[in-house]
Amino acid sequence: MNEWLDPLLLARWQFGLTTVYHFLFVPITIGLATTVAIFQTVWTKSGNVAWLQLTRFFGTIFLINFAMGVVTGIVQEFQFGMNWSEYSRFVGDVFGAPLALEGLLAFFLEATFIGLWIFGWNRLPKGLHLATIWATAVGSVLSAYFIIAANAFMQNPVAFQMNQERGRAELVDIWELLANPVALAAFPHTIAAAFMVSSGLVIAAAAWHLKRGQHLYAMRRALKFGLWGMIVSGIATTFFGDQLTLAMVAAQPMKMAAAEATYVTVCGADASFSLFTLGTPDGKTELFSIRVPYLLSLLSTHSFDGCVEGLNDLQHEYEALFGPGDYMPVIWVTYWAFRWMIGLGVLHIVIAVVGLWVTRKGRHPKQKWVWGVAIWSFPLSLAAMIVGWIFTEMGRQPWIVFSLLKTEAAVSPNVSGLDVLISLVAFTLIYGILAVVEVRLVVRAIKKGPPEIAPPDPETGRVETHSTVY
Amino acid sequence: MDLAQLWFWIVAFLFVGYFVLDGFDFGVGMSLPFLGKDDVDKRVLINTIGPVWDLNETWVIVAGASLFAAFPEWYATLFSGFYLALLVILLALIARGVSFEYRHQRPDDQRWKRSFDWMIVIGSAVPALLWGVAFANIVQGVPLDEGHNYIGTFFELLNPYALLGGLTTLLLFFTHGVVFVSLKTEGEIRERARRLAVRSGILTIVVAASFLVWTGLAFGDLWFWILAVVAALALIGSWLANFRGAEGVSFTLGAITIGTAVFALFAALFPAVMPASNDPANSLTIENASSSPYTLEVMSWTALIFLPLVLAYQGWTYWTFRKRVSRSHIEGTEPAEPAPASGT
Ligand code: HDD
Ligand code: HEM
Ligand code: HEM
Repeated sequence: MNEWLDPLLLARWQFGLTTVYHFLFVPITIGLATTVAIFQTVWTKSGNVAWLQLTRFFGTIFLINFAMGVVTGIVQEFQFGMNWSEYSRFVGDVFGAPLALEGLLAFFLEATFIGLWIFGWNRLPKGLHLATIWATAVGSVLSAYFIIAANAFMQNPVAFQMNQERGRAELVDIWELLANPVALAAFPHTIAAAFMVSSGLVIAAAAWHLKRGQHLYAMRRALKFGLWGMIVSGIATTFFGDQLTLAMVAAQPMKMAAAEATYVTVCGADASFSLFTLGTPDGKTELFSIRVPYLLSLLSTHSFDGCVEGLNDLQHEYEALFGPGDYMPVIWVTYWAFRWMIGLGVLHIVIAVVGLWVTRKGRHPKQKWVWGVAIWSFPLSLAAMIVGWIFTEMGRQPWIVFSLLKTEAAVSPNVSGLDVLISLVAFTLIYGILAVVEVRLVVRAIKKGPPEIAPPDPETGRVETHSTVY
Repeated sequence: MDLAQLWFWIVAFLFVGYFVLDGFDFGVGMSLPFLGKDDVDKRVLINTIGPVWDLNETWVIVAGASLFAAFPEWYATLFSGFYLALLVILLALIARGVSFEYRHQRPDDQRWKRSFDWMIVIGSAVPALLWGVAFANIVQGVPLDEGHNYIGTFFELLNPYALLGGLTTLLLFFTHGVVFVSLKTEGEIRERARRLAVRSGILTIVVAASFLVWTGLAFGDLWFWILAVVAALALIGSWLANFRGAEGVSFTLGAITIGTAVFALFAALFPAVMPASNDPANSLTIENASSSPYTLEVMSWTALIFLPLVLAYQGWTYWTFRKRVSRSHIEGTEPAEPAPASGT
């Protein structure tokens, strides 16, 4: 067969591309839904219209983004069956349940209450209207939980038994599935990371106006909220990242070895964490590195004298267990993705702390670059999120379900390379166009700034909030 | 009835929900060129479904996920087998979905708005047609190998029977949507919609009746015929009610038509879920496509608890947005509604 039309390779590209794309919008939705809900709550409680302005301003950005999350999400739901039918047959009994729970409990909630929120200004009583955005936020967080529980099964299969006759994994305990240790750590880690992303967005949008000296009153408040949000969620992300590392090392030691590119088993002081390594591009030979002794041992086992198994040792172990084959993921991807995730994350906590310092007590930095850094904190925190997932997913290779099913055995046998190529090209095109449209709309909405809102009517105390219509 | 059979009917119910609800969204979308004389009209049309299209669409997501959880084999065979057809549906749903939110973002740019109008029209018409094609093919059966993989081509899916099925859903949804417009709008556009539904309704009755008769003669059992007759009567009743200007009755009967027709197709399918046209031994049935009893039990409890809750808050949403949409409402000439003092 023509090697360009290899259905497996194309299907992997397709899944990677569409999922990364979906996940550009998802963390923004998760973070901004709650952020907007908080702004609206503060407005409701304080009556200060600046918070209403911020609610409407970030609400618009949220909705532009939400639409993309929704339409790209449908693709996700369908493509397990389209491209990975053998996988679907193998795991459906286990994996389908959290997905169905997600739809029934989370997506319905989100999709219904978002409509009520958009069109409910003036139509619903204030408190009830506020509740609708909170329900949307709860829906988005719930959906993340179920999908991560599903994903965690692929990283660390639990709560199943093999049915040899039907050649599939079958669920034996739903609670055990939902309480997968990997899911319990990955969920708060991902949610906290999503708040880093949305805080980055709030910081960036506020900085854009502050740099130009516009909307000072509202935007200073937004900036402060974003900076604190970044610090708190950054610390939470780091904390749960540490928990997640423990769970990951227990489930998939190969991934940790790949993250560090350690070929031989190392213990104690030798289990050093390389901050930076110059090596040959394939990552197989090290030329120069800066290393922190003990840190790897600490990260992986929370002790100074722990051991981290090396790639070669694990490879031999897996060959003995699962038969001949290459059990290592692509090392340079895992190595660099892991570092960029952590590096960008730590950088953002530092940036936020410095940001609070330079704007303390209402100070307003004049230097342009300060605001420039603030604006970049949005795309860069999103990048941290994406490389984190690329690490997780590519570090799992060659398995699609770790230790149970290889990716090559999971692809749809009856879908031709040409079919996948057609759909890959179609998705790339439509996603590319929509990316341009979406980014322009968001930039436009940011530049337009918060809507002017007249002060409350002195007699009724009511504020004119126009109903939204399409 | 065992749990797997129960889930067969729950999946049927979820698809009924999807086709009844998103069906009128598709219809409203398709009606833009017919009913939207100017931009304000078009906005009236879009706003009739604005608050609810997303929740309506979510029914297909839940239906798909339930298929995955309760009938993994069915999900795998159907989605990989109808690959290109589903790809086209997905592209259409993407185009349609973003349009509702993006169209109004640049209110003064006519070209921008016209592009999104067309994306709504095409994004509504294509799935309305292709879902019918897909379901007709499922009922008719497709060639499957022993591993239950579809071994036909994309073009084999476009056979006369399936195309008639597609035309049926297209017309049913169109008329259903136009009746919805007359139910949800005021003034001239309401009258235009009513008249359009009278005309399109006649065509719908003819096409839908031939599709149901063909299905019944080829694949129907007693239950199919009972449901099909109810669907046919409801469809004629819906047309008559619309003719007399009873929009609410007409819309309700239209929803009953779609619901019973979809149930009738599932009845024709039962107990298979994807009959193999080449060799009955390769057919997927409720028996060999379903999940383990434990998974089905978990799913049943969840559905039992959460489905009524979902229906309740969705019902409340429709109640909240029960008012008609008018031109003056869109143009903002009508004073903003004062917030009610207590709950609606
Ligand atoms: C802003 C984003 C962000 C930041 C700053 C961090 N992470 Fe992370 N990380 C993610 C965003 C992320 C993620 C994209 O959300 C992932 C992908 C899968 C997951 O559950 O979360 C992830 C995965 C992930 C995994 C892989 C889990 C697996 O494969 O099973 C580990 C071990 C860590 N993280 C550890 C850390 C540590 C120790 C961090 C800081 C010191 C850290 N992460 C910061
Ligand atoms: C949480 C739910 C997720 C599930 C259930 C899931 C599932 C899958 C599946 C089935 C594949 C295809 C098979 C394979 O290549 O192993 C895959 C690959 C991939 N996924 Fe995920 N994924 C999830 C989240 C994500 C996220 C959020 C991202 C990125 C932002 C991501 C990035 C990728 C990439 C890059 C690949 C290609 C890996 C490769 O083939 O080398 N995934 N995932
Ligand atoms: C590869 C696996 C994934 C599948 C099958 C999937 C499925 C979907 C679907 C069907 C929707 C549309 C829902 C609607 O109409 O309202 C959606 C949106 C969403 N998904 Fe995903 N998703 C995947 C990955 C993820 C991950 C990893 C997360 C979270 C960590 C996530 C969180 C969300 C959220 C919050 C939304 C809401 C809408 C938005 O993002 O704007 N999804 N997803």
